[in-house]
Amino acid sequence: MERRTLFPGRLLPALLILPQLVLTVVFFLWPAVQAIRSSLEREDAFGTSTEFVGLDNFTDLFADPLYLAAIGRTVVFCACVTAVSMGVALVLAVLADTEIRGRTFYRTMLIWPYAVAPAMAAVLWVLMFHPQIGLVGAWLNRIGIAWDYKLDGTQAMALVILAAAWKQISYNFIFFLAGLQAIPKTIIEAARIDGARGLRRFRTIVLPLLMPTVYFLLVVDLVYAAFDTFATVYAVNGGGPGQSTQTLVLKVYLDGVVNANVGSSSAQSVVLMAGVIVLCALQFRFLGRKAVT
Amino acid sequence: MAGLKLDGLRKSFGSNEILKGVDLALADGEMLVIVGASGCGKSTLLRIVAGLETPTTGRVLIDGRDVTDLDPSARDIAMVFQNYALYPHMSVFENMAYGLKIRGLPRAEIRAKVDAASALLGLEALLERKPRQLSGGQRQRVAMGRAIVRDPKLFLFDEPLSNLDAKLRVQMRGEIRRLQRRLKVTSLYVTHDQVEAMTLGDRLLVMHKGVPVQLATPTEVFERPADTYVAGFIGSPAMNLLPGKLGRNGTMVTVAGADIDLGSRRFDRPDGFPVVLGIRPEHVLLDAAGTTWPVEVVELLGSEMLVHAGRPGEAALTVKIANGTPVSDAIRASFPAPHLHIFDQATGLRMEA
Repeated sequence: MERRTLFPGRLLPALLILPQLVLTVVFFLWPAVQAIRSSLEREDAFGTSTEFVGLDNFTDLFADPLYLAAIGRTVVFCACVTAVSMGVALVLAVLADTEIRGRTFYRTMLIWPYAVAPAMAAVLWVLMFHPQIGLVGAWLNRIGIAWDYKLDGTQAMALVILAAAWKQISYNFIFFLAGLQAIPKTIIEAARIDGARGLRRFRTIVLPLLMPTVYFLLVVDLVYAAFDTFATVYAVNGGGPGQSTQTLVLKVYLDGVVNANVGSSSAQSVVLMAGVIVLCALQFRFLGRKAVT
Repeated sequence: MAGLKLDGLRKSFGSNEILKGVDLALADGEMLVIVGASGCGKSTLLRIVAGLETPTTGRVLIDGRDVTDLDPSARDIAMVFQNYALYPHMSVFENMAYGLKIRGLPRAEIRAKVDAASALLGLEALLERKPRQLSGGQRQRVAMGRAIVRDPKLFLFDEPLSNLDAKLRVQMRGEIRRLQRRLKVTSLYVTHDQVEAMTLGDRLLVMHKGVPVQLATPTEVFERPADTYVAGFIGSPAMNLLPGKLGRNGTMVTVAGADIDLGSRRFDRPDGFPVVLGIRPEHVLLDAAGTTWPVEVVELLGSEMLVHAGRPGEAALTVKIANGTPVSDAIRASFPAPHLHIFDQATGLRMEA
C-alpha cells in the first residue's frame, strides 16, 4: 500500500507547492500565454502599433515554402541526431558492459561530454573541422576533399548533426549501460550454454530486453534534437550557410529576435509548443510502459 | 558413455583461492550432489564445468574429451539456474526451442522435441505463456524442459530449488530425481541444503573452504563423517561435538568430567590425547545411570522434541526425544558406544579404532 502523509488544513500544502508554482507561472505559463497572444497579432515594422489578425500568422506560416523546408530539415536533423547518438551510445555501452581492466575510468570518461556546455561543444567541433585551422578539416582539404562547412550546406548539416549527437551520446550511454546491467547475468549465461554467440545473442536476447530503454531514449533524443540543440547549431554556423542548418528552434529565434517579426515567430513558437506537448505525451506513455516491464 | 572427470581443478580470483584442487570422477548416469555452506566454492566448481568460468589450473573432461578451453556452447551440457534464467520476452515454447533453433534443427524436429519434453513435465497447456505468467514451480519446470530438449551429455543444477517454498521444494525434489533416473543423464547438482543432498545424490561431495572434504554415498557420509565439519554439517539437528580426552588405554573418553565407554573400540593413542566425541541428538539416551546435564531450553518439533542442555561455559548437548517425555531441570544422559564418533581434536579428522 502507498504511504501518504496528510497535512491538515490548506495553508501549509499551498505554501509547500508555492515555489514550484511561482516558477512554473513566471517561466512557463506567462511566456506561453504571451506567445499565444502575440501569435494572433501583427506588429508594424517599428513596433509602435499592433493589431489582432486572428489565425493569419499561422496560415501565412504554413503557406511559406521556407517554413515548410525548415520542418523537413528539422525532421532530417532529428532523425540523424537520434540515430547517430543512440547507435554510437549503444555500441559504447555494450563494450563498456564487458569485464575489462579500468572500466570505471573508461565509463567516467564516456560520461564527461554530457557536462560540456553546448556552445563549448560546438566550438570543439568547429576547431576540429574548420577548413583552414581545424585538425580534421584542414586534413580533408589536404587529401583533396573540398571541405568547407561555411560554404557547403550539406557539410554544415553533417557537422551540426555530429556536434549535437556527440552531446547526447553520454546521456544515452548511461541509460544503455544501466539497461544492459539490469539484464540478469544468468540469462546471458543461459544463452551462452544454449549456444547463442555474438551478434545473434545480442539480437535475440539482449536487444529485446533492452527495448524499454530504446523506446525511452528514442523519445528523449527526439525532444532533445528538436528543441534542445539551439546553442549547438547556433554556435556552429548560426543556421547557415544560407538556411541550410536552420532548424525550427533557430528559425523562431532568427525571425523573432533578429528579424523582429514577432507575430510569425510567436506563431512558430506555438507550433513548437504543440510539438513538445505531443512528444511529452509520448514520453509519458513510454515511461509508464517502462515502469511496467 | 558420458562421464565427467575433473582433474586437479584450482581457481583463484586475485589472491583469493576459491578452489584448492578438486579431483572428481562421475560415472555415466550418476547424480552427484555437491554440498557445502555458501562460499565453499561449489558454485564456482559448477560454473567451471559449465564453461562460464575458466579454471586457474586443472582440466575438465566430459566423456573423455578435454573441454577445459571450450566455449559453453561446445560442451554439450545443459544448466538449470537458481533463478531459472528463462528468457522473459519469449514464450515457454520459444524458451525451450531457442537452443535447438540455434543448432539449426528443422522446425518439425524442434516441435517434436519440445512437445515430448513438455509432455514429460506437464507443460503442454502453458506453451504459449510468457515466464512472468507462470508460478515458481512452473518456471522451474520450464527451466528443466529447456535442459531436457537439448538432450545433453551432462546436466548441471545450480541450487535449482532455493527459490521455491518449502512444500513445492519437496515436490520438485522428487520430480528432479525421477526425471534424472528416467533420462539417465549424468548430473552435477549443487546445493547448500543437506536434505536435498541426502535425498537426491547417488553420491555426495561435501566441500569446505574450497577443499573437497568427503566424497561418498549419502549413507556413508551420514554414518561415517570424515571430519568434524562434515559431522556438524550433515544431519539436522547437528551432531553433538564434545571435546574430551582419551583414557584407559584408548577405550574411554572423558567428556565434561564424565567417563564414556567406547565399547569394543580401542584407539591406539596415549592417555590424555585430545579428541572430539560426536553423537547425534537422536542417539543420546535418557538414562538414570547417565551423566547429569542441566536443561536450558526445550523445543517442540511435533512428534519429537529437542532438549538443549549444558553447563554454561562448557560443552552443550542437544538431545532428540519423543514428545511427551517428562523433562525436569536436568536430564541424565548416556552415550551408547556404537553411535559414538571419535575425531582428532587437532586436525578434526575422523579416527578409526
